[in-house]
Amino acid sequence: MTDIINNLGIILYATLIYTTPLLYAALGSCFSEVSGVVNIGIEGMMTAGAFTGTVVAYFTGSPWIGFLCGGLAGALFGTLHALATVKLGADQTIAGTAINMLGPGIVIMIAKVMFNSTDTIPLEASMKIPRLFRGVFDTTTVFGRFMDNVFANFASTYLVFVAVLIVWFVFYKTRFGLRLRACGEHPQACETLGINVIAMRFLCVCISGFLSGLGGACVTMAISTQFRPISIVGQGFIAIAAVIFGKFRPHGALLGCLLFGFCSGLKVVLGGSSGIDMQLLSMIPYVVTVIVLILFVGKSHVPSANGKPYIKSK
Amino acid sequence: MTKKKTFLDVVSTNRFIHTLLATILGFLFGAIFLAIMGLSVGQAYGRLITSVTSLRGFSYVIVYAIPYIMTGLSVAFSFKTGVFNIGCEGQFVVGSMAAAVVGILLGNLPGIVLIPLCFLAAMAAGALWGIVVGVLKTKWGINEVLSMIMFNWIAFYLSNFIAGIPAIHSDGSAEATKNISEHASTLLSADLIGRLGLAPTANWGILVAIAMTVVIWVIIEKTTLGYELKAVGANRFSAEYGGINVNRSILTALAISGAMAGLGGALQLMGMGNRISVFSSQEGFGFAGIVVALMGCSNPFGVLAAGIFYGALTYGGSKLNLVGAPTQLINVIVGTVVFFIAISVIFENLKRIKTRAQRNAEAAAIKRAEEKEEQK
Amino acid sequence: MAKQYVDMKTPVIEMRNIVKKFGDFVANDGINLTVHKGEIHAILGENGAGKSTLMNQLYGLLKPTSGDILVNGKKIDMNNPRDAIDAGIGMVHQHFMLVQPFTVTENIVLGTEPLKGIALDMVTARKNVVEISERYGLSIDPDAKIEDISVGMQQRVEILKALYRGADILILDEPTSSLTPQEIVELIEIMHNLVKDGKSIILITHKLKEIKESADFCTIIRLGKYIGTVDVEDVTENDLASMMVGRKVTFKVDKPEQKPGEVVLDVKDLHCLDYRGVEIVKGLNLQVRRGEIVGIAGIDGNGQTELVEVITGLRKGTAGQVIVNGADVFNKPPRFGFDHGVSSIPADRQKHGLVLDFSIEDNLILQNYGEEPYSRKGILQRDAIFQHATKSIEDFDIRPRNSEKRAAGTLSGGNQQKVIIAREVLNDKDLLIAVNPTRGLDVGAIEYVHKYIVDQRNKGKAVLLVSFELDEIMSLSDIIDVIFDGQIVASIPGAQADENELGLMMAGGGKKND
Repeated sequence: MTDIINNLGIILYATLIYTTPLLYAALGSCFSEVSGVVNIGIEGMMTAGAFTGTVVAYFTGSPWIGFLCGGLAGALFGTLHALATVKLGADQTIAGTAINMLGPGIVIMIAKVMFNSTDTIPLEASMKIPRLFRGVFDTTTVFGRFMDNVFANFASTYLVFVAVLIVWFVFYKTRFGLRLRACGEHPQACETLGINVIAMRFLCVCISGFLSGLGGACVTMAISTQFRPISIVGQGFIAIAAVIFGKFRPHGALLGCLLFGFCSGLKVVLGGSSGIDMQLLSMIPYVVTVIVLILFVGKSHVPSANGKPYIKSK
Repeated sequence: MTKKKTFLDVVSTNRFIHTLLATILGFLFGAIFLAIMGLSVGQAYGRLITSVTSLRGFSYVIVYAIPYIMTGLSVAFSFKTGVFNIGCEGQFVVGSMAAAVVGILLGNLPGIVLIPLCFLAAMAAGALWGIVVGVLKTKWGINEVLSMIMFNWIAFYLSNFIAGIPAIHSDGSAEATKNISEHASTLLSADLIGRLGLAPTANWGILVAIAMTVVIWVIIEKTTLGYELKAVGANRFSAEYGGINVNRSILTALAISGAMAGLGGALQLMGMGNRISVFSSQEGFGFAGIVVALMGCSNPFGVLAAGIFYGALTYGGSKLNLVGAPTQLINVIVGTVVFFIAISVIFENLKRIKTRAQRNAEAAAIKRAEEKEEQK
Repeated sequence: MAKQYVDMKTPVIEMRNIVKKFGDFVANDGINLTVHKGEIHAILGENGAGKSTLMNQLYGLLKPTSGDILVNGKKIDMNNPRDAIDAGIGMVHQHFMLVQPFTVTENIVLGTEPLKGIALDMVTARKNVVEISERYGLSIDPDAKIEDISVGMQQRVEILKALYRGADILILDEPTSSLTPQEIVELIEIMHNLVKDGKSIILITHKLKEIKESADFCTIIRLGKYIGTVDVEDVTENDLASMMVGRKVTFKVDKPEQKPGEVVLDVKDLHCLDYRGVEIVKGLNLQVRRGEIVGIAGIDGNGQTELVEVITGLRKGTAGQVIVNGADVFNKPPRFGFDHGVSSIPADRQKHGLVLDFSIEDNLILQNYGEEPYSRKGILQRDAIFQHATKSIEDFDIRPRNSEKRAAGTLSGGNQQKVIIAREVLNDKDLLIAVNPTRGLDVGAIEYVHKYIVDQRNKGKAVLLVSFELDEIMSLSDIIDVIFDGQIVASIPGAQADENELGLMMAGGGKKND
């Protein structure tokens, strides 16, 4: 029994660990996609954030400045994507692919010049994003240990759940959100009502980059302690998948990320104890996602104007 | 229109010229980047050029290009038929593994039987990987981009799993499969390689890639099958109205696209890799295919050229650290090229910008005339 | 109506000598327009004459190349719709500018949302919307989603959007193009209520009857040029038509007497569901014989769209039979019906009729690409395809000429329809189904389409015509079948049909005919 509770705690902890960066990026993806811009460049934006976050934290000694700068680096690439797709009417898939090449390309090149290595120097504990509830729970009791396991997470994890709430509120309860969603459904309608579609979309793609950058920074500043070229391998795409899974809604994306995180967490615990082949276990999150899609989710409503460049006639 | 096309006409409408311009800009941006970082542009680009222009260097380029051409064809074909095959990566991986399994387990067969068998297995595996996604889409309406991303990873771990099966796993300490049978190898004879001074991995896979380029071109441009698939891609409603079986077409398109990627995996294995390592991260051949397809304007022959270009950059790039420039420069250059291809719509607008300028001038002239009249 | 609310002393809109060029193309060439308070002012012109371009400049969506716009006597520089809205101008676009998954309330307040702190105040918004809809007698359901409401209600939402923003001048762009006869009557009433309230309305249309019924003045535009402004009371429909087209037009279709032959299409007790899974065709029976045109008259949403989709194989039915030339094509794929004699001009030419990215030559073989001489052993025969296109372009007067390799999407609407007609006529099938074949076409193109439909009948084909334009049904059909609530409720010889009687039956007032 104690073991089960213990394991459960570890699974939940791992779930949250895996979920966090995905969720930041997925929230970012929501902003862009819902406003009508396909952003498959999330991966590249995360990489930029992952590198910048850890480097800035290393030099300033402050995890929070690093974290913020990670977001800003993502936003920089978001701006690039917005410039191409929103301002210049570029094909969104092609531009996103370019971002996915440029992001890693540029940061790894910088890493090479700065550190003479593709890896950055590992952060000291004080430079990492702190764990908030270390030592709060009494680990001598079963329940306390469970709680200690679950809440051993980094501050970035708690922050992302706050972010989900904020994004949900912004999307569905504010003027900005209503307009944002309208831009993704019917940009011409927005234009006739005096809403500046170009500005809205531009801003949303930048926000998308910022949140993706934060997601990337979580990987290198909380989960790990340094940036390596394989820090971000596919998380961006999983985040996009989670958003499609969640039918382009922030709370849906939350479920998608949690499902994914949970399966990944399960994998870690089972991998240690069950003797099932690790490679097969690693497949679980992906297989489960597909099965859940078939059984429960099905077709999702893609924002009508998603992927279509909006060009104002003069 | 018998009017002679002006230079501006050509520049604003020809997509290959856009790509060429984008490529020049890519190298320019790379140069700026190098300069900012205090590295020698001449040295880096010089190295890039010299490393691919020798016969030996070029043979390396071709070897590198083979998988890129195949995944490029796969993605280009999917673009033409209205799907975005972001699942190329997974199809490549399962194709490669299928060829490996056949090449290891049936290694005693003579090459003339074994090699086609490996190709077929790879194409079948790649096609299957495409079809599964297609079935999810046509039967349950599941977004193909989502399921392709999932199946890329399922392929990744499946490959790692199969590599761990005792009958397949390397007998030595390497975390990889056994080597495939010599009979399954597409390498040129050691004698020929030695005589010409080619890369040790020089192989005839490029011939297959060229043949497939032609095949894909014929399918797209010349056949009724291509007509159907393109019609479904361009407008599935009118295709359905015209009596085309839309679901079957989607599956066919994904199967062909997947088969190309799978075959690419086989060619890579049988010519260059010889065995499959247990991956720690995705190798990116499929993602490279997206880039190659874009650079090749989704035209099969364009893809052939773009694949070789990309092969040259990757091989040349791997030599860059010899002059102290980071290999990643290549990604920056290619990323910039793709970025400019994306915004090449501005080239198309060149004409419109010109006419708009004219229009504004006219309007200004009218206004001036009116003001003069008012003053009188 | 007798200009009873027009205040001729108060011009609210003056557009002076408006010129708008797109590159070398002059869309508006010196247009003048004056609209007074309380006036309904029609702008008449064929498709492509430049009506919408003119209005888009008034609404700030386009900038004039030269010319002045005065609102309430003040010169205004319209840079974007916001300027127009601030000047009291509202516009209802032909293609509704409504966000489908949003509610009626959300659509109306979008852009001027009431706030409570930082949050949206949807309670106040809803209250305001209900209030304004009651004030102008525009009934809507504030909580329904746009995708669930009728086209008529969508239009009322569009009008409310303008009124909510305090518009005094309303531009209605082709407002009746997707309305049923009843809804058109309602709309005209709404317009009269609005001018009574001191609003002014600019009505863009190419329908003469509506102008006569509703407008005070009419400005005519032809090929971008200003033709003149007339007092609607002083002119006949025919006068207006000649001014619009620039030549005499006849609306009568010549149709020789002819005895119909054997039955080609026999629909028996057909049932099917709509996209929401609700039964919409409920035991429908229908016959079409050789050499006759059967017109289906009915209000949109009574099952006619689904009926055609089942006959052509695009939708699965739940029960019944669809016999074409003796073969049951019910729930068979489109190919099967085609092979047994079904051809059709679909309702939505851009969605179903054409592959816009394909060349004209490729569109012309959409069903026949797999047959000789267009392909042999799976290989397309480009020469034969090209020759076929050249001949079709010639025979069916598709413009521009030499457009075999041009993408269909670059053609005008009328010429796109000609491509479809060429294809379907050349398919030479026994049954031709035409759904709203003239929607959005100009007068010349309408004459052309009607001629081909009647030609097919004269050649002994069976023709099933579905149209929301009652005039079209009445002038073309040998037999008019009235559809209501998923059934044919009356079948009347075309010659004996009376518009009012038909209108009544379409609204469910008729009894079953037998």
